[in-house]
Amino acid sequence: MTWWKGSSLSRGNTNRLNIDRLIEPPLRLAGFVCAAILLLILLFLMKEAAPVLSNGGWRLLIADTGWYPTEGLFGILPMLVASLMVMLGAIVLAGPIGLGCAIFLQYYAPPVTAKAFRLLLSLLAGMPSVVLGLWGLTVLVPIIGSWQPPGTSLLAAIIVLALMVVPTMALASASALSSVPSSLMNGGAALGLTLRARICFIALSTARTGIRSAALLSMARAIGETMVVLMVAGNVVQYPSGLFEPVRVLTANIALEMAYATDLHRAGLFASALLLTLIVLVLAWMAARSGRRDMQYG
Amino acid sequence: MFHIIRDIQASIRSLVILAFLTVAMPQIAIAAEHLSITGSSTVAPLALEIAKRFEKLNPGIRIDVQTGGSSRGINDARRGLADIGMVSRALKGTEKDLAAHTIATDGIGIILHRDNPVAQLTDDQIRAIYTGKIRNWSELGGTDRPITVVNKAGGRSTLELFLHHFGLGNSQIKASVIIGDNQQGIKTVAGNPGAIGYVSIGTAEYEEQRGIGIKRPIVNGAAASIASVRAGEFPLSRPLNLVTRGEISEWSKRFILFAQSAAVDDLVEGQFFVSRQH
Repeated sequence: MTWWKGSSLSRGNTNRLNIDRLIEPPLRLAGFVCAAILLLILLFLMKEAAPVLSNGGWRLLIADTGWYPTEGLFGILPMLVASLMVMLGAIVLAGPIGLGCAIFLQYYAPPVTAKAFRLLLSLLAGMPSVVLGLWGLTVLVPIIGSWQPPGTSLLAAIIVLALMVVPTMALASASALSSVPSSLMNGGAALGLTLRARICFIALSTARTGIRSAALLSMARAIGETMVVLMVAGNVVQYPSGLFEPVRVLTANIALEMAYATDLHRAGLFASALLLTLIVLVLAWMAARSGRRDMQYG
Repeated sequence: MFHIIRDIQASIRSLVILAFLTVAMPQIAIAAEHLSITGSSTVAPLALEIAKRFEKLNPGIRIDVQTGGSSRGINDARRGLADIGMVSRALKGTEKDLAAHTIATDGIGIILHRDNPVAQLTDDQIRAIYTGKIRNWSELGGTDRPITVVNKAGGRSTLELFLHHFGLGNSQIKASVIIGDNQQGIKTVAGNPGAIGYVSIGTAEYEEQRGIGIKRPIVNGAAASIASVRAGEFPLSRPLNLVTRGEISEWSKRFILFAQSAAVDDLVEGQFFVSRQH
Protein backbone atom coordinates (compact mmCIF):
# COMPACT_ATOMS: atom_id res chain seq x y z
CA MET A 1 0.00 0.00 0.00
CA THR A 2 2.57 2.51 1.10
CA TRP A 3 4.63 2.74 -2.08
CA TRP A 4 1.56 3.97 -3.99
CA LYS A 5 1.32 6.97 -1.71
CA GLY A 6 5.03 7.59 -2.08
CA SER A 7 4.97 7.66 -5.86
CA SER A 8 1.92 9.92 -6.05
CA LEU A 9 3.68 12.38 -3.77
CA SER A 10 6.89 12.46 -5.75
CA ARG A 11 4.95 13.26 -8.93
CA GLY A 12 3.89 16.69 -7.64
CA ASN A 13 7.40 17.46 -6.57
CA THR A 14 7.73 21.14 -7.55
CA ASN A 15 4.34 22.14 -6.08
CA ARG A 16 5.12 20.35 -2.88
CA LEU A 17 8.29 22.34 -2.28
CA ASN A 18 6.40 25.64 -2.40
CA ILE A 19 3.71 24.42 -0.03
CA ASP A 20 6.40 23.09 2.28
CA ARG A 21 8.10 26.43 2.33
CA LEU A 22 4.81 28.18 3.11
CA ILE A 23 3.75 25.72 5.77
CA GLU A 24 7.07 25.37 7.54
CA PRO A 25 7.22 28.59 9.65
CA PRO A 26 3.74 28.26 11.19
CA LEU A 27 4.44 24.62 12.03
CA ARG A 28 7.77 25.55 13.55
CA LEU A 29 6.05 28.30 15.52
CA ALA A 30 3.44 25.78 16.79
CA GLY A 31 6.20 23.42 17.93
CA PHE A 32 8.11 26.28 19.52
CA VAL A 33 5.00 27.50 21.39
CA CYS A 34 4.33 23.98 22.72
CA ALA A 35 7.86 23.63 24.03
CA ALA A 36 7.78 27.19 25.40
CA ILE A 37 4.54 26.51 27.31
CA LEU A 38 6.04 23.47 29.04
CA LEU A 39 9.17 25.46 29.86
CA LEU A 40 7.13 28.42 31.11
CA ILE A 41 5.04 26.15 33.36
CA LEU A 42 8.20 24.69 34.87
CA LEU A 43 9.71 28.16 35.34
CA PHE A 44 6.46 29.44 36.86
CA LEU A 45 6.31 26.52 39.32
CA MET A 46 9.95 27.09 40.29
CA LYS A 47 9.39 30.81 40.76
CA GLU A 48 6.32 30.28 42.95
CA ALA A 49 8.00 27.54 44.98
CA ALA A 50 11.19 29.58 45.40
CA PRO A 51 10.38 31.04 48.88
CA VAL A 52 10.29 27.49 50.27
CA LEU A 53 13.10 26.04 48.16
CA SER A 54 15.67 28.82 48.53
CA ASN A 55 18.18 29.17 51.38
CA GLY A 56 18.47 25.40 51.70
CA GLY A 57 14.74 25.23 52.41
CA TRP A 58 14.41 22.29 50.02
CA ARG A 59 16.14 20.21 52.66
CA LEU A 60 13.20 20.90 55.00
CA LEU A 61 10.89 19.27 52.45
CA ILE A 62 12.77 16.02 52.98
CA ALA A 63 13.79 16.36 56.62
CA ASP A 64 10.65 17.71 58.30
CA THR A 65 8.56 15.20 60.20
CA GLY A 66 5.14 16.45 59.24
CA TRP A 67 3.18 18.73 56.94
CA TYR A 68 1.93 21.61 59.10
CA PRO A 69 2.66 24.60 56.85
CA THR A 70 1.05 27.12 59.21
CA GLU A 71 3.43 25.94 61.92
CA GLY A 72 6.44 26.00 59.59
CA LEU A 73 6.76 22.24 58.95
CA PHE A 74 6.93 21.26 55.28
CA GLY A 75 7.64 17.50 55.22
CA ILE A 76 6.61 16.42 51.72
CA LEU A 77 8.11 12.93 51.56
CA PRO A 78 5.16 11.01 53.12
CA MET A 79 2.92 12.40 50.39
CA LEU A 80 5.41 11.47 47.67
CA VAL A 81 5.56 7.90 48.99
CA ALA A 82 1.76 7.77 49.21
CA SER A 83 1.42 9.05 45.62
CA LEU A 84 3.80 6.40 44.31
CA MET A 85 2.12 3.60 46.29
CA VAL A 86 -1.35 4.57 45.09
CA MET A 87 -0.06 4.70 41.51
CA LEU A 88 1.72 1.32 41.70
CA GLY A 89 -1.22 -0.32 43.49
CA ALA A 90 -3.63 0.92 40.85
CA ILE A 91 -1.50 -0.37 37.95
CA VAL A 92 -0.91 -3.75 39.66
CA LEU A 93 -4.70 -4.18 39.86
CA ALA A 94 -5.69 -2.52 36.60
CA GLY A 95 -2.81 -3.72 34.41
CA PRO A 96 -3.70 -7.44 34.21
CA ILE A 97 -7.44 -6.75 34.12
CA GLY A 98 -7.03 -4.17 31.34
CA LEU A 99 -4.74 -6.43 29.34
CA GLY A 100 -7.22 -9.30 29.78
CA CYS A 101 -10.01 -7.08 28.48
CA ALA A 102 -7.85 -6.13 25.48
CA ILE A 103 -7.05 -9.78 24.62
CA PHE A 104 -10.72 -10.75 24.95
CA LEU A 105 -11.75 -7.81 22.79
CA GLN A 106 -9.15 -8.51 20.12
CA TYR A 107 -9.16 -12.32 19.81
CA TYR A 108 -12.03 -14.02 21.65
CA ALA A 109 -15.12 -11.81 21.53
CA PRO A 110 -17.60 -12.41 18.70
CA PRO A 111 -17.90 -9.25 16.53
CA VAL A 112 -21.20 -8.04 18.04
CA THR A 113 -19.98 -8.54 21.62
CA ALA A 114 -16.66 -6.90 20.77
CA LYS A 115 -18.44 -3.84 19.40
CA ALA A 116 -20.66 -3.52 22.49
CA PHE A 117 -17.73 -4.18 24.83
CA ARG A 118 -15.58 -1.54 23.14
CA LEU A 119 -18.42 0.98 23.46
CA LEU A 120 -18.74 0.08 27.15
CA LEU A 121 -15.02 0.62 27.73
CA SER A 122 -15.13 3.99 25.93
CA LEU A 123 -18.05 5.05 28.10
CA LEU A 124 -16.20 4.00 31.23
CA ALA A 125 -13.09 5.88 30.04
CA GLY A 126 -15.15 9.02 29.52
CA MET A 127 -16.89 8.84 32.87
CA PRO A 128 -16.15 11.92 35.01
CA SER A 129 -13.78 10.80 37.73
CA VAL A 130 -15.73 12.70 40.38
CA VAL A 131 -18.64 10.27 39.83
CA LEU A 132 -16.35 7.36 40.64
CA GLY A 133 -15.14 9.30 43.68
CA LEU A 134 -18.69 9.83 44.91
CA TRP A 135 -19.39 6.14 44.50
CA GLY A 136 -16.19 5.35 46.38
CA LEU A 137 -17.07 7.72 49.23
CA THR A 138 -20.67 6.60 49.69
CA VAL A 139 -20.43 2.87 48.88
CA LEU A 140 -16.88 1.51 48.95
CA VAL A 141 -15.55 3.46 51.96
CA PRO A 142 -18.40 2.42 54.32
CA ILE A 143 -17.91 -1.23 53.27
CA ILE A 144 -14.18 -1.12 54.05
CA GLY A 145 -14.95 0.96 57.15
CA SER A 146 -17.35 -1.60 58.63
CA TRP A 147 -14.50 -4.09 58.45
CA GLN A 148 -11.43 -1.92 59.16
CA PRO A 149 -12.37 1.63 60.28
CA PRO A 150 -12.12 4.40 59.21
CA GLY A 151 -12.50 3.03 55.66
CA THR A 152 -10.99 6.02 53.91
CA SER A 153 -7.66 4.41 53.13
CA LEU A 154 -4.86 3.54 50.74
CA LEU A 155 -6.89 0.49 49.67
CA ALA A 156 -9.98 2.54 48.82
CA ALA A 157 -7.86 4.91 46.72
CA ILE A 158 -6.17 2.04 44.90
CA ILE A 159 -9.46 0.27 44.09
CA VAL A 160 -11.23 3.37 42.78
CA LEU A 161 -8.20 4.49 40.76
CA ALA A 162 -7.79 0.99 39.33
CA LEU A 163 -11.42 1.13 38.17
CA MET A 164 -10.68 4.48 36.61
CA VAL A 165 -7.62 3.39 34.62
CA VAL A 166 -8.84 -0.08 33.50
CA PRO A 167 -10.52 1.36 30.37
CA THR A 168 -7.40 3.40 29.51
CA MET A 169 -5.24 0.31 29.90
CA ALA A 170 -7.69 -1.88 27.95
CA LEU A 171 -8.24 0.47 24.99
CA ALA A 172 -4.56 1.39 24.62
CA SER A 173 -3.47 -2.28 24.85
CA ALA A 174 -6.16 -3.29 22.36
CA SER A 175 -4.88 -0.78 19.85
CA ALA A 176 -1.33 -2.09 20.40
CA LEU A 177 -2.55 -5.66 19.78
CA SER A 178 -4.51 -4.65 16.67
CA SER A 179 -1.31 -3.26 15.13
CA VAL A 180 0.37 -6.70 15.29
CA PRO A 181 0.83 -7.64 11.59
CA SER A 182 -1.71 -10.28 10.60
CA SER A 183 1.04 -12.01 8.58
CA LEU A 184 2.74 -12.95 11.86
CA MET A 185 -0.46 -14.33 13.36
CA ASN A 186 -1.31 -16.20 10.15
CA GLY A 187 2.22 -17.61 10.03
CA GLY A 188 1.74 -18.90 13.55
CA ALA A 189 -1.55 -20.47 12.58
CA ALA A 190 0.11 -22.11 9.57
CA LEU A 191 2.68 -23.64 11.90
CA GLY A 192 -0.18 -25.23 13.80
CA LEU A 193 -0.02 -23.05 16.91
CA THR A 194 -3.20 -22.79 18.96
CA LEU A 195 -4.81 -19.36 19.45
CA ARG A 196 -3.58 -19.35 23.04
CA ALA A 197 0.03 -19.97 21.93
CA ARG A 198 -0.21 -17.35 19.16
CA ILE A 199 -1.44 -14.73 21.69
CA CYS A 200 1.17 -15.62 24.30
CA PHE A 201 4.22 -15.95 22.08
CA ILE A 202 3.49 -13.80 19.01
CA ALA A 203 0.93 -11.07 19.76
CA LEU A 204 2.01 -10.13 23.29
CA SER A 205 5.71 -10.09 22.51
CA THR A 206 5.26 -8.11 19.28
CA ALA A 207 2.98 -5.56 20.96
CA ARG A 208 5.00 -5.28 24.15
CA THR A 209 6.15 -1.72 23.48
CA GLY A 210 2.59 -0.56 22.98
CA ILE A 211 1.43 -2.42 26.08
CA ARG A 212 4.23 -0.89 28.13
CA SER A 213 3.20 2.55 26.87
CA ALA A 214 -0.40 1.75 27.82
CA ALA A 215 0.75 0.90 31.36
CA LEU A 216 2.84 4.09 31.64
CA LEU A 217 -0.08 6.17 30.30
CA SER A 218 -2.36 4.57 32.91
CA MET A 219 0.21 5.28 35.62
CA ALA A 220 0.49 8.94 34.60
CA ARG A 221 -3.30 9.17 34.72
CA ALA A 222 -3.38 7.54 38.16
CA ILE A 223 -0.76 9.77 39.72
CA GLY A 224 -2.33 12.91 38.26
CA GLU A 225 -5.84 12.11 39.45
CA THR A 226 -7.07 14.42 42.17
CA MET A 227 -10.77 14.42 43.05
CA VAL A 228 -11.16 10.65 43.41
CA VAL A 229 -8.20 10.29 45.74
CA LEU A 230 -9.18 13.39 47.69
CA MET A 231 -12.59 11.87 48.40
CA VAL A 232 -11.61 8.35 49.44
CA ALA A 233 -8.00 8.38 50.71
CA GLY A 234 -8.51 10.06 54.09
CA ASN A 235 -5.83 12.71 53.42
CA VAL A 236 -3.86 12.23 56.62
CA VAL A 237 -0.19 13.08 55.98
CA GLN A 238 1.74 9.96 57.07
CA TYR A 239 3.81 7.13 55.67
CA PRO A 240 1.33 4.38 54.79
CA SER A 241 1.99 1.50 57.20
CA GLY A 242 -0.80 -0.69 55.86
CA LEU A 243 -3.50 -0.90 53.22
CA PHE A 244 -6.17 0.31 55.67
CA GLU A 245 -4.28 3.45 56.72
CA PRO A 246 -5.42 6.85 55.44
CA VAL A 247 -2.88 8.65 53.21
CA ARG A 248 -2.59 11.97 51.41
CA VAL A 249 -1.24 12.21 47.86
CA LEU A 250 0.46 15.24 46.29
CA THR A 251 -2.46 16.21 44.05
CA ALA A 252 -4.98 16.05 46.90
CA ASN A 253 -2.65 18.17 49.02
CA ILE A 254 -2.73 20.96 46.45
CA ALA A 255 -6.49 20.76 45.91
CA LEU A 256 -7.25 20.68 49.65
CA GLU A 257 -5.20 23.66 50.68
CA MET A 258 -4.54 25.92 47.70
CA ALA A 259 -7.71 28.00 48.01
CA TYR A 260 -6.79 29.02 51.55
CA ALA A 261 -3.00 29.15 51.45
CA THR A 262 -0.88 32.28 51.68
CA ASP A 263 2.85 33.09 51.64
CA LEU A 264 5.12 30.16 52.55
CA HIS A 265 2.22 27.73 52.76
CA ARG A 266 1.34 28.59 49.17
CA ALA A 267 4.97 28.21 48.10
CA GLY A 268 5.03 24.76 49.76
CA LEU A 269 2.04 23.72 47.65
CA PHE A 270 3.81 24.93 44.51
CA ALA A 271 6.76 22.76 45.56
CA SER A 272 4.33 19.79 45.64
CA ALA A 273 3.20 20.71 42.14
CA LEU A 274 6.80 20.95 40.90
CA LEU A 275 7.59 17.50 42.30
CA LEU A 276 4.48 16.05 40.68
CA THR A 277 5.37 17.58 37.31
CA LEU A 278 8.87 16.10 37.53
CA ILE A 279 7.44 12.63 38.25
CA VAL A 280 5.16 12.83 35.21
CA LEU A 281 8.11 14.01 33.07
CA VAL A 282 10.15 11.01 34.26
CA LEU A 283 7.25 8.66 33.36
CA ALA A 284 7.03 10.23 29.89
CA TRP A 285 10.79 9.96 29.44
CA MET A 286 10.69 6.28 30.44
CA ALA A 287 7.92 5.63 27.93
CA ALA A 288 9.92 7.31 25.16
CA ARG A 289 13.10 5.48 26.11
CA SER A 290 11.53 2.02 26.25
CA GLY A 291 10.03 2.65 22.81
CA ARG A 292 13.43 3.59 21.36
CA ARG A 293 15.22 0.59 22.83
CA ASP A 294 12.67 -1.78 21.35
CA MET A 295 13.10 -0.19 17.93
CA GLN A 296 16.82 -0.94 18.12
CA TYR A 297 16.72 -4.51 19.34
CA GLY A 298 13.19 -5.66 18.74
CA MET B 1 20.40 28.39 9.66
CA PHE B 2 19.65 32.14 9.70
CA HIS B 3 16.00 31.77 8.77
CA ILE B 4 15.50 29.52 11.81
CA ILE B 5 16.87 32.26 14.06
CA ARG B 6 14.66 34.77 12.26
CA ASP B 7 11.60 32.60 12.87
CA ILE B 8 12.41 32.26 16.51
CA GLN B 9 12.96 35.99 16.79
CA ALA B 10 9.61 36.65 15.13
CA SER B 11 7.79 34.24 17.41
CA ILE B 12 9.44 35.70 20.51
CA ARG B 13 8.37 39.14 19.33
CA SER B 14 4.73 38.02 18.95
CA LEU B 15 4.81 36.37 22.38
CA VAL B 16 6.15 39.56 23.95
CA ILE B 17 3.42 41.63 22.31
CA LEU B 18 0.80 39.14 23.50
CA ALA B 19 2.16 39.22 27.04
CA PHE B 20 2.21 43.02 27.00
CA LEU B 21 -1.41 43.14 25.84
CA THR B 22 -2.66 40.77 28.55
CA VAL B 23 -0.84 42.70 31.25
CA ALA B 24 -1.71 46.17 30.02
CA MET B 25 -5.38 45.80 29.08
CA PRO B 26 -6.98 45.59 32.57
CA GLN B 27 -5.01 48.67 33.69
CA ILE B 28 -6.52 50.72 30.92
CA ALA B 29 -10.05 49.60 31.83
CA ILE B 30 -9.97 50.83 35.46
CA ALA B 31 -12.87 53.13 36.28
CA ALA B 32 -12.63 56.44 38.12
CA GLU B 33 -14.22 55.46 41.48
CA HIS B 34 -12.24 52.86 43.34
CA LEU B 35 -12.74 51.07 46.68
CA SER B 36 -10.10 48.78 48.18
CA ILE B 37 -10.82 46.07 50.74
CA THR B 38 -8.08 43.94 52.30
CA GLY B 39 -7.70 41.43 55.13
CA SER B 40 -9.03 38.08 56.38
CA SER B 41 -9.08 35.21 53.90
CA THR B 42 -12.23 33.93 55.64
CA VAL B 43 -14.18 37.07 54.88
CA ALA B 44 -12.62 37.68 51.44
CA PRO B 45 -14.73 35.19 49.40
CA LEU B 46 -17.93 36.66 50.89
CA ALA B 47 -16.72 40.24 50.43
CA LEU B 48 -15.85 39.43 46.82
CA GLU B 49 -19.36 38.11 46.12
CA ILE B 50 -20.94 41.13 47.78
CA ALA B 51 -18.61 43.46 45.85
CA LYS B 52 -19.62 41.85 42.54
CA ARG B 53 -23.29 42.46 43.27
CA PHE B 54 -22.55 46.00 44.48
CA GLU B 55 -20.64 46.77 41.27
CA LYS B 56 -23.53 45.47 39.18
CA LEU B 57 -26.00 47.74 41.03
CA ASN B 58 -23.64 50.74 40.98
CA PRO B 59 -21.94 51.05 37.59
CA GLY B 60 -18.89 53.28 37.77
CA ILE B 61 -17.40 51.86 40.97
CA ARG B 62 -14.63 49.28 41.03
CA ILE B 63 -13.99 47.25 44.17
CA ASP B 64 -10.67 45.52 44.71
CA VAL B 65 -10.61 42.70 47.31
CA GLN B 66 -7.26 41.35 48.55
CA THR B 67 -6.45 38.78 51.23
CA GLY B 68 -3.58 38.75 53.72
CA GLY B 69 -5.12 37.82 57.05
CA SER B 70 -7.08 39.69 59.70
CA SER B 71 -3.92 41.45 60.91
CA ARG B 72 -3.43 42.98 57.48
CA GLY B 73 -7.07 44.12 57.56
CA ILE B 74 -6.42 45.92 60.85
CA ASN B 75 -3.13 47.46 59.67
CA ASP B 76 -4.39 48.60 56.27
CA ALA B 77 -7.51 50.20 57.73
CA ARG B 78 -5.42 51.96 60.38
CA ARG B 79 -2.84 53.35 57.99
CA GLY B 80 -5.35 54.20 55.32
CA LEU B 81 -3.79 51.75 52.84
CA ALA B 82 -7.26 50.29 52.28
CA ASP B 83 -10.70 51.88 52.52
CA ILE B 84 -12.10 48.90 54.43
CA GLY B 85 -10.37 46.08 56.35
CA MET B 86 -11.73 42.55 56.80
CA VAL B 87 -11.35 40.89 60.22
CA SER B 88 -12.71 37.45 61.12
CA ARG B 89 -13.02 38.04 64.88
CA ALA B 90 -14.27 40.62 67.38
CA LEU B 91 -11.98 43.63 67.81
CA LYS B 92 -9.57 43.52 70.74
CA GLY B 93 -9.27 46.20 73.43
CA THR B 94 -6.23 47.71 71.70
CA GLU B 95 -8.13 48.14 68.47
CA LYS B 96 -10.83 50.47 69.69
CA ASP B 97 -9.62 53.20 67.31
CA LEU B 98 -11.38 51.22 64.58
CA ALA B 99 -15.10 50.77 64.00
CA ALA B 100 -16.37 47.21 63.39
CA HIS B 101 -19.36 46.50 61.14
CA THR B 102 -20.49 42.88 61.48
CA ILE B 103 -21.74 41.43 58.18
CA ALA B 104 -22.19 37.77 59.22
CA THR B 105 -21.34 35.17 61.87
CA ASP B 106 -19.26 32.06 61.40
CA GLY B 107 -20.21 29.13 63.65
CA ILE B 108 -19.16 25.50 63.68
CA GLY B 109 -21.02 22.54 65.03
CA ILE B 110 -19.76 19.12 66.10
CA ILE B 111 -21.44 16.34 64.13
CA LEU B 112 -21.81 12.61 64.85
CA HIS B 113 -23.36 9.70 62.95
CA ARG B 114 -27.15 9.55 63.51
CA ASP B 115 -26.95 6.11 65.16
CA ASN B 116 -24.36 7.19 67.74
CA PRO B 117 -26.09 7.02 71.19
CA VAL B 118 -23.80 9.75 72.64
CA ALA B 119 -25.94 12.89 72.92
CA GLN B 120 -23.74 15.26 74.94
CA LEU B 121 -20.04 16.09 74.97
CA THR B 122 -17.95 18.49 77.02
CA ASP B 123 -15.13 20.65 75.68
CA ASP B 124 -12.63 18.49 77.61
CA GLN B 125 -13.99 15.30 76.05
CA ILE B 126 -13.73 16.77 72.55
CA ARG B 127 -10.17 17.89 73.27
CA ALA B 128 -9.32 14.36 74.50
CA ILE B 129 -10.90 12.77 71.41
CA TYR B 130 -9.06 15.05 68.99
CA THR B 131 -5.68 14.56 70.69
CA GLY B 132 -6.09 10.77 70.71
CA LYS B 133 -6.50 10.29 74.49
CA ILE B 134 -10.00 8.85 74.10
CA ARG B 135 -10.13 6.33 71.26
CA ASN B 136 -13.34 4.37 71.80
CA TRP B 137 -16.96 5.49 72.16
CA SER B 138 -17.43 3.06 75.09
CA GLU B 139 -15.28 5.43 77.20
CA LEU B 140 -17.99 8.06 76.69
CA GLY B 141 -20.94 5.78 77.41
CA GLY B 142 -21.49 4.81 73.79
CA THR B 143 -21.18 1.49 71.97
CA ASP B 144 -17.85 -0.33 71.75
CA ARG B 145 -16.58 1.21 68.52
CA PRO B 146 -13.29 2.96 67.65
CA ILE B 147 -13.59 6.71 67.16
CA THR B 148 -12.85 8.06 63.67
CA VAL B 149 -11.56 11.60 64.08
CA VAL B 150 -12.44 13.82 61.10
CA ASN B 151 -10.36 16.99 60.84
CA LYS B 152 -10.21 19.85 58.31
CA ALA B 153 -7.34 20.56 55.93
CA GLY B 154 -4.83 23.29 56.82
CA GLY B 155 -5.76 26.92 56.23
CA ARG B 156 -9.56 26.50 56.48
CA SER B 157 -11.36 29.04 58.63
CA THR B 158 -13.38 26.35 60.41
CA LEU B 159 -10.12 24.61 61.39
CA GLU B 160 -8.69 27.85 62.79
CA LEU B 161 -11.83 28.58 64.77
CA PHE B 162 -11.91 25.02 66.12
CA LEU B 163 -8.23 25.05 67.13
CA HIS B 164 -8.55 28.49 68.68
CA HIS B 165 -11.62 27.55 70.71
CA PHE B 166 -10.08 24.37 72.10
CA GLY B 167 -6.61 25.85 72.49
CA LEU B 168 -4.93 23.22 70.30
CA GLY B 169 -2.23 23.28 67.62
CA ASN B 170 -2.93 21.43 64.39
CA SER B 171 0.04 19.12 64.94
CA GLN B 172 -1.45 17.93 68.26
CA ILE B 173 -4.51 16.51 66.53
CA LYS B 174 -4.51 12.78 65.79
CA ALA B 175 -6.84 12.67 62.80
CA SER B 176 -7.98 9.55 60.96
CA VAL B 177 -9.56 11.45 58.06
CA ILE B 178 -8.82 14.92 56.74
CA ILE B 179 -11.46 16.58 54.62
CA GLY B 180 -11.75 19.66 52.47
CA ASP B 181 -15.20 21.19 52.28
CA ASN B 182 -18.27 20.85 54.50
CA GLN B 183 -20.06 18.50 52.13
CA GLN B 184 -17.22 16.02 52.20
CA GLY B 185 -17.19 16.17 55.99
CA ILE B 186 -20.91 15.46 56.20
CA LYS B 187 -20.69 12.53 53.75
CA THR B 188 -17.72 11.09 55.64
CA VAL B 189 -19.50 11.24 59.01
CA ALA B 190 -22.82 9.99 57.59
CA GLY B 191 -21.02 6.94 56.17
CA ASN B 192 -19.16 5.97 59.35
CA PRO B 193 -21.00 5.15 62.65
CA GLY B 194 -17.84 5.84 64.69
CA ALA B 195 -17.01 9.24 63.21
CA ILE B 196 -16.88 12.66 64.82
CA GLY B 197 -16.35 15.83 62.80
CA TYR B 198 -17.12 19.52 62.69
CA VAL B 199 -18.59 21.66 59.91
CA SER B 200 -20.18 25.07 59.45
CA ILE B 201 -23.44 25.15 61.37
CA GLY B 202 -25.45 26.39 58.40
CA THR B 203 -24.51 23.33 56.34
CA ALA B 204 -25.03 20.88 59.22
CA GLU B 205 -28.52 22.13 60.01
CA TYR B 206 -29.56 22.16 56.35
CA GLU B 207 -28.28 18.65 55.63
CA GLU B 208 -29.77 17.23 58.83
CA GLN B 209 -33.18 18.62 57.88
CA ARG B 210 -32.84 16.91 54.51
CA GLY B 211 -32.56 13.56 56.31
CA ILE B 212 -28.80 12.97 55.91
CA GLY B 213 -27.61 10.58 58.66
CA ILE B 214 -25.87 13.02 60.99
CA LYS B 215 -26.75 14.64 64.32
CA ARG B 216 -25.44 17.57 66.37
CA PRO B 217 -24.70 16.65 70.01
CA ILE B 218 -25.05 19.24 72.77
CA VAL B 219 -21.56 20.65 73.47
CA ASN B 220 -20.89 22.06 76.95
CA GLY B 221 -24.62 22.56 77.43
CA ALA B 222 -25.10 24.60 74.24
CA ALA B 223 -27.20 23.37 71.33
CA ALA B 224 -25.65 24.17 67.95
CA SER B 225 -28.14 25.87 65.68
CA ILE B 226 -28.32 28.81 63.31
CA ALA B 227 -30.66 30.53 65.76
CA SER B 228 -28.28 30.23 68.73
CA VAL B 229 -25.35 31.47 66.61
CA ARG B 230 -27.40 34.44 65.37
CA ALA B 231 -28.37 35.27 68.96
CA GLY B 232 -24.69 35.20 69.94
CA GLU B 233 -25.26 32.39 72.46
CA PHE B 234 -23.14 29.71 70.85
CA PRO B 235 -19.50 29.61 72.03
CA LEU B 236 -17.98 28.07 68.88
CA SER B 237 -18.66 31.12 66.75
CA ARG B 238 -17.13 34.44 65.75
CA PRO B 239 -18.30 37.61 64.03
CA LEU B 240 -17.07 38.49 60.54
CA ASN B 241 -16.35 42.21 60.49
CA LEU B 242 -15.60 45.02 58.10
CA VAL B 243 -13.48 47.59 59.91
CA THR B 244 -12.94 51.27 59.15
CA ARG B 245 -11.18 54.19 60.82
CA GLY B 246 -12.59 57.69 61.43
CA GLU B 247 -14.55 59.53 58.74
CA ILE B 248 -15.16 57.35 55.72
CA SER B 249 -16.08 58.07 52.12
CA GLU B 250 -19.63 58.01 50.81
CA TRP B 251 -18.92 54.86 48.75
CA SER B 252 -17.47 53.00 51.77
CA LYS B 253 -20.56 53.90 53.79
CA ARG B 254 -22.88 52.69 51.06
CA PHE B 255 -20.94 49.46 50.60
CA ILE B 256 -21.01 48.63 54.34
CA LEU B 257 -24.75 49.32 54.57
CA PHE B 258 -25.28 47.11 51.52
CA ALA B 259 -23.15 44.31 53.03
CA GLN B 260 -25.28 44.43 56.19
CA SER B 261 -28.62 44.48 54.38
CA ALA B 262 -30.98 41.59 53.66
CA ALA B 263 -30.07 41.92 49.97
CA VAL B 264 -26.94 39.83 50.54
CA ASP B 265 -28.40 37.14 52.87
CA ASP B 266 -28.30 34.57 50.06
CA LEU B 267 -24.58 35.29 49.47
CA VAL B 268 -23.83 34.95 53.21
CA GLU B 269 -25.65 31.62 53.36
CA GLY B 270 -23.95 30.53 50.14
CA GLN B 271 -20.62 30.77 52.00
CA PHE B 272 -22.13 28.73 54.90
CA PHE B 273 -22.09 31.66 57.30
CA VAL B 274 -25.04 32.83 59.41
CA SER B 275 -26.68 36.03 58.18
CA ARG B 276 -27.53 39.00 60.39
CA GLN B 277 -30.83 39.57 62.15
CA HIS B 278 -32.74 42.17 60.12
